[in-house]
Amino acid sequence: MNDMAPSREERIEGLKGLGSSRKRVEDARFTQGKGNYVDDIKLPGMLFGDFVRSPFAHARVKAINTEAAMSVPGVLAVLTAKDLEPLGLHWMPTLAGDKQMVLADGKVLFQGQEVAYVVATDRYAAADGCEAVEVEYEELPVVVDPFKALEDDAPVLREDLEGKMEGAHGPRKHHNHIFTWEAGEKEATEQVLGSAEVVAEEMVYYHRTHPCPLEPCGCVASMDKVNGKLTIWGTFQAPHAIRTVVSLISGIEEHNIRVISPDIGGGFGNKVGAYPGYICSAVASIVTGKPVKWIEDRMDNLMTTAFARDYWMKGKIAATKEGKITGLWCHTTADHGGFDACADPTKFPAGFMNICTGSYDIPTAYLAVDGVYTNKAPGGVAYRCSFRVTEAAYFIERMIEVLAIELGMDAAELRRINFIKKEQFPYQSALGWEYDSGDYHTAWDKALDAVGYDELRKEQAERVEAFKRGETRKLLGIGLTHFTEIVGAGPVKNCDILGLGMFDSCEIRIHPTGSAIARLGTISQGQGHATTFAQILASEIGLPADSITVEEGDTDTAPYGLGTYGSRSTPVAGAATAMAGRKIRAKAQMIAAYLLEVHDDDVEWDVDRFVVKGNPERFKTMKEIAFASYNQAIPGIEPGLEAVSYYDPPNMTYPFGAYICVMEIDVDTGTHEIRQFYALDDCGTRINPMIIEGQVHGGLTEALAIAMGQEIAYDEMGNVKTGTLMDFFIPTAWETPNYTTDYTTTPSPHHPIGAKGVGESPNVGGVPAFSNAVHDAFRAFGLRQSHMPHDHWRIWKIANSLGLHG
Amino acid sequence: MIPASFEYHRPADISAALAILDEYGDDARVIAGGHSLIPMMKLRMADIEHLIDLQDIGELKGIFVEGTKVTIGAMATQHELIDNGDIARVAPILHEAALQIADPQVRYMGTVGGNVANGDPGNDMPGLMQCLGATFHLVGSGGTRDVAARDYYEAAYMTDREDDEILTAISFNAPEGGFAYEKQKRKIGDYATAACAAIVKIDGGICTAASIAMTNLSDTPIFSAEAGAALEGTACDATAIDAAVAAATGAIDPTEDNRGPVDFKMHVAGTIIRRAIERAVSRA
Ligand SMILES: Cc1cc2nc3c(=O)[nH]c(=O)nc-3n(C[C@H](O)[C@H](O)[C@H](O)COP(=O)(O)OP(=O)(O)OC[C@H]3O[C@@H](n4cnc5c(N)ncnc54)[C@H](O)[C@@H]3O)c2cc1C
Repeated sequence: MNDMAPSREERIEGLKGLGSSRKRVEDARFTQGKGNYVDDIKLPGMLFGDFVRSPFAHARVKAINTEAAMSVPGVLAVLTAKDLEPLGLHWMPTLAGDKQMVLADGKVLFQGQEVAYVVATDRYAAADGCEAVEVEYEELPVVVDPFKALEDDAPVLREDLEGKMEGAHGPRKHHNHIFTWEAGEKEATEQVLGSAEVVAEEMVYYHRTHPCPLEPCGCVASMDKVNGKLTIWGTFQAPHAIRTVVSLISGIEEHNIRVISPDIGGGFGNKVGAYPGYICSAVASIVTGKPVKWIEDRMDNLMTTAFARDYWMKGKIAATKEGKITGLWCHTTADHGGFDACADPTKFPAGFMNICTGSYDIPTAYLAVDGVYTNKAPGGVAYRCSFRVTEAAYFIERMIEVLAIELGMDAAELRRINFIKKEQFPYQSALGWEYDSGDYHTAWDKALDAVGYDELRKEQAERVEAFKRGETRKLLGIGLTHFTEIVGAGPVKNCDILGLGMFDSCEIRIHPTGSAIARLGTISQGQGHATTFAQILASEIGLPADSITVEEGDTDTAPYGLGTYGSRSTPVAGAATAMAGRKIRAKAQMIAAYLLEVHDDDVEWDVDRFVVKGNPERFKTMKEIAFASYNQAIPGIEPGLEAVSYYDPPNMTYPFGAYICVMEIDVDTGTHEIRQFYALDDCGTRINPMIIEGQVHGGLTEALAIAMGQEIAYDEMGNVKTGTLMDFFIPTAWETPNYTTDYTTTPSPHHPIGAKGVGESPNVGGVPAFSNAVHDAFRAFGLRQSHMPHDHWRIWKIANSLGLHG
Repeated sequence: MIPASFEYHRPADISAALAILDEYGDDARVIAGGHSLIPMMKLRMADIEHLIDLQDIGELKGIFVEGTKVTIGAMATQHELIDNGDIARVAPILHEAALQIADPQVRYMGTVGGNVANGDPGNDMPGLMQCLGATFHLVGSGGTRDVAARDYYEAAYMTDREDDEILTAISFNAPEGGFAYEKQKRKIGDYATAACAAIVKIDGGICTAASIAMTNLSDTPIFSAEAGAALEGTACDATAIDAAVAAATGAIDPTEDNRGPVDFKMHVAGTIIRRAIERAVSRA
């Protein structure tokens, strides 16, 4: 044997497959400013659209005068609902089975709502045109509180629905009510609560916030009147779904629509839905025959395109005196804003909120969610989480803390005695899920050890004493979280969006010289798909990841898929990639056997080659096989080496993790300092540890923002108070603490490579960890619950209300 | 986020700038670093037909330290202030405060003159200049005049400067004693929830001079002579500091905003003022 031949280990390493911290192939262009985002697209003769937006949260639109606007130099057209009505496009369907005004049809329901669309030769003229449109409003009473919205005499927000007592998700109880959704057993849970030794009760509010991607939403629509083809470039997290929806509502045949998601500067759920800007740009292009660009500015983005959270979660948790949880009850009032535009699988109007039993073995549980209309922007997207999973995780992780207070128990111990045990998996939860795999005790003990939990508690107790003696004005909080997610939607039998099944896909072509292209139905927005999917494939087919191009986002070339959100890319499209790779390998095996002149069963796979069993010197590498597949006549085998896989996952995946935050709080100023943050993630098989770490850092920083200051706040008139980045908190390097990351590995038993998804875990687990740290700092002084965001004045208010300011 | 259209002027000297101001009156406005004005224009809260860019006017630039006399040209940027070794030596409070303004990107563009001329109670330089007892130098077609920083601010965005005047420079005598600029903000790039500049001179254990001024706690910066007086002649012990804090908080009138309600701001102001004084005393 040739001494220079690489060893097996070297061959594995050379592939940069699973487990390799391969550098991100995307970064060469991003770090040089050479990405190609939607606003970089410039087409000859391109026009610009911009919106006239409502200054009021609730008003009747009495008249719109476009005359002055039409005389602004450069303005070509001003569209109003009246212009869209003949096309049936003045309203559009939402992802949640409701409908939403594209342009104000007689009234407006939230501040910033689209009232008219001005088309002009450049964006400056469009902005001037918007200023010149005169709109006559008659203000109506505003409701921003979902509880007030359900009072008998609350103003009717959705006049279009008046008298319609059946909604997309069952009966409506009130004119501002959208749906009731239930899971679990109501009576059994009430019985448990009624006879329990201990019951803790609390209202847990997860405030309204916004995904706020660096790049706002936008599109360029271009109708080619010669061939009848409509091309739309846009910031779409689900390009195929957009193509189908556009076809359904416009009547243009689907082959005549091409949707392209170019580079996307972050999505976090904000870019899942369909927005009036897309419809108006497409209409404007069809009417003018010219390409039309629409790009949100930051205020448009924060005020109008999809928000996240806004869940009022009333909880009751029952336990024995020893702390064994016996039941969980939750009623959620969900503020959906003026239209129900939540992005959830159709059968789950409250998303997967029924994962709210968390990591705990809770035998009996009940959940009800009531969706409510208010005078706020529509949305309710999963901001870096699977559908409503972060709300669920926050709820249960707060309830556990409240129960610990009620029981006078250590919150770490309370968690430990209630975790689902390793041997209980697959575990059927009381609210209807089958958890695939987990080993919570191991993760928990590792986390507590890593931070020196017992020492921390001692230090905390000493600090409380020192504080009481007047020696310090700082308190110490230890924020614990053990979260379980449910991601990877999902099995087509129960997961669809507007009837589109939530499978995903991968199509692979191997080139003759042993490199490859893989196309997927997903679309990266910063997750690094071009890096990691090539790694999955490298390990499956034995070609180096560096020789594999990954392409997504063009509906004319990519196979159909439901896109990227809800941590579904790796669980679903990643599985499709592995499965397509296995099809390639199956054909390659036949080719190798032919070339080696042995029977198919006499060769076996070894890293990057098929080897004759028992004779490792006789082999054909995948590279050799690729060449032969195209260029050698092989009896009974078609030329070429390609495969496609559409993967319908048998179950969701259930990543989990243990996070601990140690925080110092200054009771006089309400400021905080994060002394330590430890994050242990178990996402099953780890594809690229460096990317995982990056995802965890990013998600934790979003969680920090949400927990400690970020919100979309409204005043009583429905004015958005946090419409710019001066007030909407995005942490800089300065506010961001150091993170320590760690892991355990519990593969998913049903995923082809055992991977579970990690992109959203840090947001889901991070928020309760930060928030619990704040609460924990004040536990010794009697705090049970205080709503996020924990900005300076709200922390100060806690201290003040507990009498800590003397 | 797109401003209304405007004419752009770029004069090369002060007299040319004044001539344009005279010609267009109310419709004209000077622009320095643009980091307060441009956001207002983009939000269409300021609609300015004639924008007079001062960046080519050499006479407005530079930072000069001669002995104890410090002169800062209106067009000196906040970054230049931070970068200037003489300033760090003779007026370290300015260095310390400038580092707490916005972020490096803003400070590369934002000028000292723009910061003090703007009249936004959130700006940090005005309170600081009041603490230093600085003088603002103005020029108009009618000639030049000097105004004390402590007399310059009338209300939010209302100052003693006439519309046709340009601020040319700021001067002050290098401060003596310990100093501190304490600022609480929500994040980098935010204006103060409460901020306080303190300079305290101690000779033989007794405070001989003290100057206290505050930022973003009223509709103008607040210089509290009473707070200084409460320290002067004392050993700056706890009682004296309590009295100074009480005097300073008695002079402010914060309003509720997204940073929090009034009771919170009053409490935080008290804490921040105390920390500024204590730190200044510790350095005196
Ligand atoms: C994100 C962000 C955060 C910020 N945070 C802070 C902060 O924490 N603290 C702080 O102090 N500032 C902050 N600023 C403001 C910043 O420091 C500005 O640069 C400064 O307030 C104005 O300086 P300028 O040179 O940019 O002035 P410009 O914006 O050009 O002008 C401001 C006003 O002053 C007038 N003006 C300017 N120069 C003269 C002159 N020579 N004579 C007469 N009038 C003049 C202009 O006509 C205008 O009305 C922040 C700004 C931003 C964008």
